Amino acid sequence: MFIAGSYDIVVIGAGHAGVEAGLAAARIGCKTLLATLNLDNIALMPCNPSVGGPAKGHLVREVDALGGQMGINADKTCIQYRMLNTSKGPAVQALRAQADKKVYQLLMKQTCENQENLDVKQLLIEKILTQDNAVTGVQVETGEVYTCHCIVLASGTYLRGRVIIGEKTYEGGPVGQRAAMELSKSLKKNGVKLMRFKTGTPARVDKRTLDFSKMQIQNGDDETHNFSFMSDISTREQVPCWLTYTNEKTHKILRDNIDRAPMANGIIEGVGPRYCPSIETKIIRFPDKDKHQLFIEPEGVHTNEMYVQGMSTSMPIDVQFEFLKTISGLENVEIMRPGYAIEYDCLDPLQLQPSLEHKNINGFFSAGQSNGTSGYEEAAAQGLIAGINAAMKIKGRPPLILKRSEAYIGVLIDDLVTKGTEEPYRMMTSRAEYRLILRQDNADMRLTEKGRQVGLVDDERYAVYTKKRDKINEISKLLKAKKINPSGEINKVLQENGLDEIHTSLTLYDLLKRKNVDYGRLQNIFNLPVVNIAVKKQVEINAVYEGYINKQQEQIERMEKLENKKIPADIDYKQIDNLRDEAREKLLQIRPVSLGQAGRISGVSPADISILLIYLEQRTRRSE
Amino acid sequence: MLNKEINDTIAAIATPPGEGGIGIIRVSGKNSINIVDKIFVAGDKRALSERHSHRAIYGKIYDLHDKKVIDEVICLLMREPHSYTKENIVEVQCHGGMVVLRNILANLLENGVRLAEPGEFTKRAFLNGRIDLAQAQAVMDIIRAKTEASLKMASGHLSGYFSSQINQMRELLLDVIVHYEAVIDFPEEGVDEIDNIQVMEKIGEVRSKIGNMLASANTGRILRDGIVTAIVGKPNVGKSSLLNLLLRDERAIVTDVPGTTRDSIEEYADIDGIPLRIIDTAGIRQTEDRIEKIGVDKSLTYIKKAGLILALFDASRKLDTDDQKIMALLKNKNAVIVLNKSDLPQAFDENCMKINCPDSKIIHMSTVEQDGLTELIQIIKKMVYNDNIVSNEGEFVNDVRQADALKKADSHLSDALKGLDNDIPEDLVVIDLRSAWEKLGDITGDTVNEDIINEIFSRFCIGK
Ligand SMILES: Nc1nc2c(ncn2[C@@H]2O[C@H](COP(=O)(O)OP(=O)(O)OP(=O)(O)O)[C@@H](O)[C@H]2O)c(=O)[nH]1
Ligand SMILES: [Mg+2]
Repeated sequence: MFIAGSYDIVVIGAGHAGVEAGLAAARIGCKTLLATLNLDNIALMPCNPSVGGPAKGHLVREVDALGGQMGINADKTCIQYRMLNTSKGPAVQALRAQADKKVYQLLMKQTCENQENLDVKQLLIEKILTQDNAVTGVQVETGEVYTCHCIVLASGTYLRGRVIIGEKTYEGGPVGQRAAMELSKSLKKNGVKLMRFKTGTPARVDKRTLDFSKMQIQNGDDETHNFSFMSDISTREQVPCWLTYTNEKTHKILRDNIDRAPMANGIIEGVGPRYCPSIETKIIRFPDKDKHQLFIEPEGVHTNEMYVQGMSTSMPIDVQFEFLKTISGLENVEIMRPGYAIEYDCLDPLQLQPSLEHKNINGFFSAGQSNGTSGYEEAAAQGLIAGINAAMKIKGRPPLILKRSEAYIGVLIDDLVTKGTEEPYRMMTSRAEYRLILRQDNADMRLTEKGRQVGLVDDERYAVYTKKRDKINEISKLLKAKKINPSGEINKVLQENGLDEIHTSLTLYDLLKRKNVDYGRLQNIFNLPVVNIAVKKQVEINAVYEGYINKQQEQIERMEKLENKKIPADIDYKQIDNLRDEAREKLLQIRPVSLGQAGRISGVSPADISILLIYLEQRTRRSE
Repeated sequence: MLNKEINDTIAAIATPPGEGGIGIIRVSGKNSINIVDKIFVAGDKRALSERHSHRAIYGKIYDLHDKKVIDEVICLLMREPHSYTKENIVEVQCHGGMVVLRNILANLLENGVRLAEPGEFTKRAFLNGRIDLAQAQAVMDIIRAKTEASLKMASGHLSGYFSSQINQMRELLLDVIVHYEAVIDFPEEGVDEIDNIQVMEKIGEVRSKIGNMLASANTGRILRDGIVTAIVGKPNVGKSSLLNLLLRDERAIVTDVPGTTRDSIEEYADIDGIPLRIIDTAGIRQTEDRIEKIGVDKSLTYIKKAGLILALFDASRKLDTDDQKIMALLKNKNAVIVLNKSDLPQAFDENCMKINCPDSKIIHMSTVEQDGLTELIQIIKKMVYNDNIVSNEGEFVNDVRQADALKKADSHLSDALKGLDNDIPEDLVVIDLRSAWEKLGDITGDTVNEDIINEIFSRFCIGK
């Protein structure tokens, strides 16, 4: 056996999960190998050319706050930004950007290649090596071995990938790449339970064959946005997207050919996501809808390829041509790459601990689409946590586990390891019970300190954060301290500035809560310090939504006791007679780390939690 | 379902029902003393919070809303850690029956106390080190056993009508919630905008349903909809007249033709805070008329089912065989014997009545002159207060629990409406809607958030 190298950590796959895992582990100081099937496809975006959106944009900000790379990379390479949900509350406003796919990849590749402690290599890994249920290394298809103590599996859709276009299928990964056909076997041999999922993507079409005059233009925002709390980009060239619709003709063609759809003829066996249905599925499930919208989005500035968002399909090529041509603006369309579906193996996330380490294989972590999620952002978030926690393990430190009340990342991972998933999991704001606390605008306030503790937040980021935090506190304090009385004089000043009169004495902080009042006005009237927009925003949001924020904060505090009550790993549920059988089975399978997590398992009732609580108390008292 | 928090202040009725004249409510937790202080006024006006541990204090409990005295009580004060749970405990001892207990409990719930889960006092006693290790197993047994009993009770307790009402309300709310969530999570996917007016209407609809349920029975007993009270007797003795009198409404047809009421009539009435479900039945007699016979059979089953029977006899006429048959049916029942038409000269042999029905109270009445009504109400109250009639703790506690959940759901909905009025953002409105939806789910035991996500995908065509 040829040992080609020795590492602390090997990351299998260099997609959005893999690069975050590799960078994080290396930055924390672990010797790390980032192995990819193809060096030219690092941080590939095989599906839509965009980053962010509701909940996903939140994830990007959280990754950034913890010291991850996605936000910075996006800010330097994206070609259109829009803030979504601006008419709604601050908690659900979300940033979405159009990416230049190739430039995004190139910059990420450069970052990885130049990262200290990180080696990037093109390798197809076939086996994970273990001894006594602990990771010892990985073996490449050509036989050589790299030894390591931890593995982060970030294999995306490449595990036993199978591409399906109409009646044609072949083994492979997205965009004409190889698939990892052997690794699944090795995982199974090590006791890893696998599932089979499916996802799909639409055709890419030639920009020169489209008639944009028949579509609605969708420009980016005038205001310049950034994902990263560290980005200070203030101007950016933007490229538009285009909106058009399907029509009855499109639907008829799809209906007439539905028996040729792979999902109808039984070629596809994997479970696809409900939120990303193919156009053929949409037409069957919502027969009454007479049109479906689609966006034409640029794949980058150096290519004519345009992404037809909303038209994911695995229909045969002739059908794809035929139905695309019925769409207004696409009458003369030329397809550059057809839409396709892809099936792949992923592991059942119920096998994982909240640290993303496998429960039975010491040192084996998994992240991203190989955990049954979908989306670049979901992948990056898990990759970051898996990378951090592999590094923590190497350093002999406790893992970073974010609570549901602390981050969307916490919600994402807790959902995966507590409830599992039956379809590719997508993050949504409605999955978060403390949505008002988990805003994208305060991700740095929530998480920078945690990133600092694990050693991922550098001095520069930390300084930016502390400065902002202190400023917010200072201004809030100032506003709360300053009281005004309903004197004629004050009311006159208020009125002159277009504000309502006051009738009782109140603090400026309370005044800020009123409609049409913002910090800028108070600053003018009362000679307050000038602060930057980010600080202003935080102060305003905290004041205006104080009531609701406090309510959620109270809920969090009330649940905290259970969250903090840890369940020892060696607990023997079989010994606890009073648990109901269903609860016992679920607890045995999931092995929750805290009573809080146990309570979220379906089939575990409050009475079961009470019994666990008594049992644990009995245990601690015995051992005293 | 959410886990109940360990640090809440909890309360429960501590006396088994039907035992003696004294009822005890136990309140335990950090805030128990302060909360009881909100509704309790001691004889010497000094607050409980200013007193030493282990004292018994005489005073009165007042209703929060109408400020009237609910009952005279003794409060036993036990400060932490010198109590059964090692927390602050107040025991409220009152002499009223279930209605008083229910009122006091309802008042505590409105002040931030939560109803104790089965076995929760014992659980706390153990967790706080009051009960020693050897008894841990016993504590777990208690929790399991009590939970099972209460689950059985709760599921048996929800009438089909009641749970279908709750489900309807939840369905209405889910509609709105799912729409909001779809708009929030998929802003660019062509989901229709939300129409605030429509949302307000739907919320209003749910609130009026909740209002009806709460009103149908003063503070509690909304499930069984009051004590089933059957008015029975021969034809023409004045049953329908009594119903109308109790309702203060011309609900039933009254004529001098025997056999006027062919089918039973049900109505709700609140008699001095006691919710009654009154049934006016068809007069019982031998008959060949097929339709009348069905009515009579129904009357007979009501005698079996009723929690309280008002047996009417016409005192102006002689006892006959029909009357005697009815008397025989009253054995071992909670019956009040009402000798009606006391305005007319009495021809009825009251002694025979006393011999045949020794356990029942007999009163004289005239529905025409409205004589004897106060006395009848007094008797009914006494029977209820002494727990002679409804004496099922589980049922009773469930009522309070459900009424409490309904009230909380309603207050979340009222917050949502206020929010809509003030144009607060959608995602904040939906916080209140979701809370209301969850509270209603607590009653029926369905509170899975996955429902919302599943519904988004089944109702809206979403996806890129
Ligand atoms: N004098 C007198 N007449 C009464 C009194 N109560 C009822 N009546 C009369 O008795 C007759 C029958 O009254 P209802 O109330 O219809 O009697 P009921 O028991 O419902 O009769 P059915 O429905 O036929 O079984 C009517 O003519 C009433 O006016 C009373 O207290 N005094
Ligand atoms: Mg009648």
